[in-house]
Amino acid sequence: MSYLASQPGRGSRPVPRIRSTRRLNRIDRGANRVLIGLCMLGAAAVIFAMVEILYQVISGASPAINKLGLGFLVDKVWSPSGAVFGAWPFIYGTLITAVTSLVLATLIGVSIGIYLSMLAPKRLATVIGPMVEMLAAIPSVLIGFIGIVLIGPFVHSALEPPLHAVLGWIPLFGPQQPGGSSLFTACLVLTIMVVPIIAALTRDIFLTVPRELTEGAEALGATRWEVIRGVVLPTTTSGVIAACVLGFGRALGETIAVLQVVGSLAATPVNLFKPGDTIASRIAAEFLSPVSPLHESALLYLALILLFFGVMSSLISRRIAAGFQRRMA
Amino acid sequence: MSVPDPSHALTPSGNLRRRMAVSNVMQGLATAAAVLAVAVLGILVAFVVVHGIGALSWGFLTGSLPPPTGDGSGIGPAILGTGEIVLFATLIAAPVGVLTALFLTEYAPPRIGSPIRLVIDVMAGVPTIVVGVFVYELLVIGVGSTGYAAAVALSIVMMPLITRAALESLNRVPGVLREAADALGVSRWRTILGVVLPSATRGIVTATILAAARAAGETAPLLIVDSVFGPNVQLNVAHGIPNIPLTIFSLAEYGTPIAKQQAWGAGFVLLFLILAANIGARTLVGRGQRRAFV
Repeated sequence: MSYLASQPGRGSRPVPRIRSTRRLNRIDRGANRVLIGLCMLGAAAVIFAMVEILYQVISGASPAINKLGLGFLVDKVWSPSGAVFGAWPFIYGTLITAVTSLVLATLIGVSIGIYLSMLAPKRLATVIGPMVEMLAAIPSVLIGFIGIVLIGPFVHSALEPPLHAVLGWIPLFGPQQPGGSSLFTACLVLTIMVVPIIAALTRDIFLTVPRELTEGAEALGATRWEVIRGVVLPTTTSGVIAACVLGFGRALGETIAVLQVVGSLAATPVNLFKPGDTIASRIAAEFLSPVSPLHESALLYLALILLFFGVMSSLISRRIAAGFQRRMA
Repeated sequence: MSVPDPSHALTPSGNLRRRMAVSNVMQGLATAAAVLAVAVLGILVAFVVVHGIGALSWGFLTGSLPPPTGDGSGIGPAILGTGEIVLFATLIAAPVGVLTALFLTEYAPPRIGSPIRLVIDVMAGVPTIVVGVFVYELLVIGVGSTGYAAAVALSIVMMPLITRAALESLNRVPGVLREAADALGVSRWRTILGVVLPSATRGIVTATILAAARAAGETAPLLIVDSVFGPNVQLNVAHGIPNIPLTIFSLAEYGTPIAKQQAWGAGFVLLFLILAANIGARTLVGRGQRRAFV
């Protein structure tokens, strides 16, 4: 059996042949070639698309790269009409919203992962699990719209005052600002979008922890939490980190919902309750109506920075996940 | 595998009652997180349903798009347009994705396969707004909004999703099936088309539906490549095609009470279509055998 299996395709050639075999042979050979050709074409199309994305963005950005150089990354003023372009406000806004929402989403998402994989009754988990994933299916334009109508005012009236009162000593939670559009609203919107990703991934990761380990700890008298804290989380740390990095990438690139609630102000406020802007939302807002060729190229430069962030978080997550899978296998 | 040192958790620290209390509090927090997520889902869906259901009527579902003033009649052209764009995007992305996955599982040696997998993962990390910018530079510049540019942009969003899921389904086809076919002297292409692919069909179809549902709600790329369209039914892909996400976006931006009402109505239709596709795909694949689709 295993000997035969190791032979690729038609391995044996004894047995009296029937007449049509030769024709069949020809068809088979042709069809084999066609199928392998098609498959290679598919793979080539994927690679071509990715290379083309890199090429188009880099070539579109190159005038701005030549003109503005790396100083673009740290310049603080963005004024297309004055032909002054600095990306720092958007890089700052992107990073601070992504990091803040990632912190919130990690806490909530990993908790949900723990609940679904270890605490919930099986019946309930098969209902709640898909519901959490469905949260990820809600289109961002709708979440953004709800952000304008519901989350913005809610943040403004119900969350800002108590957060400032309790955590006001952290500069991030400064005094309340007028209007519902703020970096903080964007953070909450992003959190809603990232939680389901982290929850679903970590649930699957926690389910891979070998039963012997958790049951062994339970047999030694560990409580539920001690099993999680002492056995499950340490064995899965790298997998959980990979999931979070993936969520971070998603938060960086999210455009529409952020555009709707962030306030679109090219500023770098430390106070999260003030309006700001992110790379993605600035591109979306200005890309179709550039005031000059340099403006358009600067927007492509922004797109290149965003592409770099997105690709890096994919690669890092992939690297960590590969190590994790090797260890678990 | 490195075995964690359990002594950390197992040293008796204080009395059992306190440990149990800590454990219960932590379990309570985890449960609360799950309740919170379900509650947020419930609030979001309920909000859209409550606000949107009032706008629904036959006239709203079939009428032509509101003029920029936001007091027109309906979203019929946008529903048709989104359907068409997503259909074409699926027709591009599904064959490419499945063929790539077949290449990786059936033909490619690891030396060639692993860089392709890398490219697919990188592609999945490309922000959707960058996809929009790319397609703009490639197809829209000098031509204007077109339906085919929108379909290409959405297909790039869908491709890594479909490829990954197809890879997973194909990897799950038992090797015994391939070996049995080989042992019978079946040629390679017949094995792949007649044995391997059919046993993976279900997973691939599910993934395609989920990816199409994701694409239907994608707004950022369409904002860049397909934002200029007329108020009437337009199915010619050489012109800008009306679509639901951008209709919602511009109505929400406009912000008058009537425009908002219509945005909720359009949002309800979009959410209904997407959730229906999700639930349909999930029942198709059956419980317990799928992994997260993100």
